[in-house]
Amino acid sequence: MTTAAIRKATLPNFDVNRIRDDFPILSRKVHGKPLVYLDSAASAQKPRQVIEAITRAYSEDYANVHRGAYYLSEKSTSDYEAAREKVRAFINAASTAEIVFTKGATEAINLVASSFGRAFIKAGDEIVLTTLEHHSNLVPWDLLRSATGCVLRHVPIQTDGSVRLEDFAAVIGPKTKLVAVAHISNVLGTILPIRQVADLAHAAGAKMLVDGCQGIVHAAVDVQALGCDFYVFSGHKLYGPTGIGVLWGRENLLDAMPPYQGGGDMIETVGLDACTWAGLPAKFEAGTPPIVEAIGLGAAIDYVASHDPDAVRAHEHALITYAMERLPEVPGLRLIGTAPGKASVQSFVIDGAHPHDIATVLDRSGVCVRAGHHCAQPLMEALGVSATARASFGIYSLQSEIDVLVAALKKAREMLA
Amino acid sequence: MNALAQEKDNDDLRSLYQEIILDHGKSPRNMRVVEHATCTAKGNNPMCGDKVTVSARVKNGVIEDLAFEGKGCAISIASASMMSQALKGRTTDAARRLMAAVQGLCTGKADVAQAKAAVPELTEAVDELAALSGVRQFPTRVKCATLPWQALVSCLDGAGTATTEK
Repeated sequence: MTTAAIRKATLPNFDVNRIRDDFPILSRKVHGKPLVYLDSAASAQKPRQVIEAITRAYSEDYANVHRGAYYLSEKSTSDYEAAREKVRAFINAASTAEIVFTKGATEAINLVASSFGRAFIKAGDEIVLTTLEHHSNLVPWDLLRSATGCVLRHVPIQTDGSVRLEDFAAVIGPKTKLVAVAHISNVLGTILPIRQVADLAHAAGAKMLVDGCQGIVHAAVDVQALGCDFYVFSGHKLYGPTGIGVLWGRENLLDAMPPYQGGGDMIETVGLDACTWAGLPAKFEAGTPPIVEAIGLGAAIDYVASHDPDAVRAHEHALITYAMERLPEVPGLRLIGTAPGKASVQSFVIDGAHPHDIATVLDRSGVCVRAGHHCAQPLMEALGVSATARASFGIYSLQSEIDVLVAALKKAREMLA
Repeated sequence: MNALAQEKDNDDLRSLYQEIILDHGKSPRNMRVVEHATCTAKGNNPMCGDKVTVSARVKNGVIEDLAFEGKGCAISIASASMMSQALKGRTTDAARRLMAAVQGLCTGKADVAQAKAAVPELTEAVDELAALSGVRQFPTRVKCATLPWQALVSCLDGAGTATTEK
């Protein structure tokens, strides 16, 4: 795509340079070169608005939540709960009772695997996954398999990285109790047909969990429209802080599930012989929660919501289209993940140059890319590679950064291959 | 862009990816399984997924044959390849001293003279392995260079598996 075409695809109210001004780190240099940060799928950079919200919370309004009958604790509590409402509105959940704060998406999946899994999944029951899942949506289920004797089934991927609905239909059956899939692949950028898979799951009497770590960033997330039962994501990929994630679950399910961890804040009464649990969402938030991290996530959601989502999506689409056009200019480069309509995440390999070596050479040009198995070893095996390099783009990424990437890759190939 | 910094980056990269490293990386020696091996060990770097399996045939304290298989970056493959060349026909004692010397070279805790003093019977090998010391300027890559050596020690110890994460 030409520059003119990108301008045309990008709506007039979207100004990437103004957005970049919001991200202090983007003006720094690495090894003396301007930072070209192409690893947003691993963790996104933070806008000033998030950094300031965190600083403000600690400098002006900090105390523990849900405890003290004094002003600061009330203020901290109301800010924490306001963040929960922002999450609810952002994903169109029915109520804040359905929004559980966790320390990340990994903990959210472990919560479901542990609580829902131990209560409702027994030996011989089937859990349906895909081969493109991140380890965080594989290992918790493997642990559950060890604990219960349930069976894990994996829907295969196509060579372009897409997953066919008929392959889901072939694997989902009467024994299926849960389908757990990524909304968007962190390696390939493939967008999965969540609504249709959820319909298949429900028709079989199963529940559906979506790992939305990439989906929350690159797709419109309306949990009612998606039709799933659980949706999880992390704050740090959505331009928010680390240490905060979200589990959304349907209220009737969360109600029926036993607590995940015990401790303060999650109880109604504690006796030496018996305890009763607090209502939702407190039942799943044992201990002092990540208060300021949640407030920071709220600020990140405000930041993302302040931009026209269609404009952001058009910008990211223009970037991935341009990257997929230009990257093959590098001799010996092969794109990994070319599913139609994919998100702005691009893996690739280069003949004769290992991804780690590529990433090291790129770093000295100021270019940050991820290299390795991307916490998706079964996917690497299915693709027949031991590792890939990956460039991923966010709201602040520039077309000119793809030019820098391509030039640096040509240099890396000259040096290595 | 500062011309001196540019020069330093290019120097760092050239010292990491020296001709000898790229040569061993692309055409590794002894990439196979040792016949009638007396010990085998795997090395894993869970950070990046690099894997190397070292096999050896040891008799009366002498490494009669040493080989490796695996997938990894230029640094880890070159390191394994040079290791297999250096230690065939050498004692296990020399292998352990060379391993410590290579670790010292890669982390910057030892220079070439100190490494040679530690393994006087293998000074030529030390000269070649000194090429690995380019990783000093790249802290995340030190484990790439040392992984095959950790696998070798596990192999000689009969431990079966080595990992870069301890």
